[in-house]
Amino acid sequence: MNRLAPLFALRKSEGRKVLSLYVTPGYPTLETTVPLILALERAGADMIELGIAFSDPIADGPTIQESSSVALANGMTLERTFQMAREVRAASNIPLVLMGYANPIYAYGATRFVQTCASVGIDGTIIPDLSLEESGEYRALAHQHGLASVLLAAPTTSDERLKLLDEATSGFLYCVAVAGVTGARTGVAASTVGFMDRARTHARNHPLMVGFGIATPEDARDAAHTADGVVIGSALIKILATGTPDEARAFTRSVRERLDAPTP
Amino acid sequence: MTPAQAALPDERGHFGAFGGMFVPETLMTPLKTLERAYVSARSDRAFRSDFDRLLQEYVGRPTPLYHAKRLSERFGRGKIYLKREDLCHTGAHKINNTVGQILLAKMLGKPRIIAETGAGQHGVATATVAAMMGLSCAVYMGTEDMARQEINVTRMRLLGAEVIPVHAGTRTLKDATNEALRDWVTNVDDTFYVIGSVVGPHPYPMMVRDFQSVIGREVRVQSMEREGRLPDILLACVGGGSNAMGLFHPFLEEATALIGVEAAGRGITTGEHAATLTMGTPGILHGSYSYVLQDEDGQISPAHSISAGLDYPGVGPEHSYLRDMGRATYASVTDSQALDAALRLARLEGILPALETSHAIAYLETLMPDTQKDTIVVVNLSGRGEKDLPAITAGLARSRTA
Repeated sequence: MNRLAPLFALRKSEGRKVLSLYVTPGYPTLETTVPLILALERAGADMIELGIAFSDPIADGPTIQESSSVALANGMTLERTFQMAREVRAASNIPLVLMGYANPIYAYGATRFVQTCASVGIDGTIIPDLSLEESGEYRALAHQHGLASVLLAAPTTSDERLKLLDEATSGFLYCVAVAGVTGARTGVAASTVGFMDRARTHARNHPLMVGFGIATPEDARDAAHTADGVVIGSALIKILATGTPDEARAFTRSVRERLDAPTP
Repeated sequence: MTPAQAALPDERGHFGAFGGMFVPETLMTPLKTLERAYVSARSDRAFRSDFDRLLQEYVGRPTPLYHAKRLSERFGRGKIYLKREDLCHTGAHKINNTVGQILLAKMLGKPRIIAETGAGQHGVATATVAAMMGLSCAVYMGTEDMARQEINVTRMRLLGAEVIPVHAGTRTLKDATNEALRDWVTNVDDTFYVIGSVVGPHPYPMMVRDFQSVIGREVRVQSMEREGRLPDILLACVGGGSNAMGLFHPFLEEATALIGVEAAGRGITTGEHAATLTMGTPGILHGSYSYVLQDEDGQISPAHSISAGLDYPGVGPEHSYLRDMGRATYASVTDSQALDAALRLARLEGILPALETSHAIAYLETLMPDTQKDTIVVVNLSGRGEKDLPAITAGLARSRTA
């Protein structure tokens, strides 16, 4: 049973926003990932995106690039990512989404990949370089195994294309807040609000998650106004780079509180 | 080869199984806009006449087809011609493509040009044409390549381009391409990304091939004038594969044999090479599905070549297609074979080739003994060697003391 639809339905009925956190498994070390995820869940995360380390992450800014190369240097592989997902799943029912570039997935074998995802309790996948046009076969395969294949929409996406993405995505539609790579930025741009308005209008069939560049609890709250939930990645990775898991938990709690606070 | 195959890619940018558009969603609409603009430009009389005029007046086309008599005599058989792309303005074939793409950038109203470069020839060609057309230009280059192609870094800066050092990964062409893609995804509104080879997402492999095909078209005409027939064999080095594709494409439907020469680096079995079509497997890198050098986990492997322009773990998707179809064959030569060939061509013909080009020259040693007396071989002399003087002299000194 896919955990994404019930999560979005529950939060919607509560009038709350979904908080998804991006983690690079294997960063900063192999041992810290599973306890970190469980701690983030207790601190208020609703969903975890597990980033598959890749040598050439073209959609990522310096923070996630660095975390990816550290994870690879630590010996991280797709197989190990699955193992960590299994360990999380043994202790928690939190929705898990794998986020990774197409090449390691193709090298693993697309069929084997979706089978393994389903068997370890992954709920969906996000493959940023597998475009709508190139993902047809993969989406069909994922669907057969009850796995959501989440597509992305961007500020450069036309209204017409938003409709096509909405038809083809499953689980939710991942809206890229700004044209650019991942990485913490300051504030939520007016262009993000405009884009999310268009997304609302033209992608009516799926929940909208907004991510890329959301750095602070305030940004999260502002961005969440435009969507069903927010994704935070680089800001969390930055905390892990220099801080402790406790600081990551505290950050998550403050984002959760800000998201849940009544609008002033 | 049927005409339909030469008409590839299909409408989705595929060459058989290869090619396509494997990019973040942010780039999909800009790529489709670019494709539409290019498709309308290539049949637009004004665009074509601008392009042809610049190739003639600015680049210096047509380039000569030179009969290399002393080089041919070395083998006692066959007739070797050199297609002198090294005589193009800026010293390599790269400028054929940058003229075309920057004309498109103007048409699309983009004031800012970016590019990636390995050897620096594409960077210099881009900086040159951007200067000539009054556009701002930034070139991404790995720090390893900046060190070994210092002359071209200076040239780009003199031309007013900003050279942005890339410290990530292997600090070579692959990482420069990653950074250029990240720049483009961030600045897509005002920026045109000039890709330097037949790689990247559709429409780049098609567009770069078309702009470079002037090489092969001229060879057809020149060979008919000189020999009354088309060549038997075409030979070109392959990194991403633009000079090879430009030479090969007008011959796809002919009987002419097509041979691409990759960089075997320190040896094909050492793991330190850039022989993607020889040793790689299909995968996704820089926006298209093609052969790549990768490990079993799908991580891209570092390539190695003495030649910065061939030091790339990917290759253009159309080459992958031609390889799998058996329409072209791909061989490889080592760093030291390429160095020897550079020196040999200098001594025999008074032409110092780029280290990239030297790979094609080196392969003549393997190819020529099997040819007939009247076999016509055309080698694409894709670039000149001045940029490589430090590497060539250092390499020769090493091999003398080894």
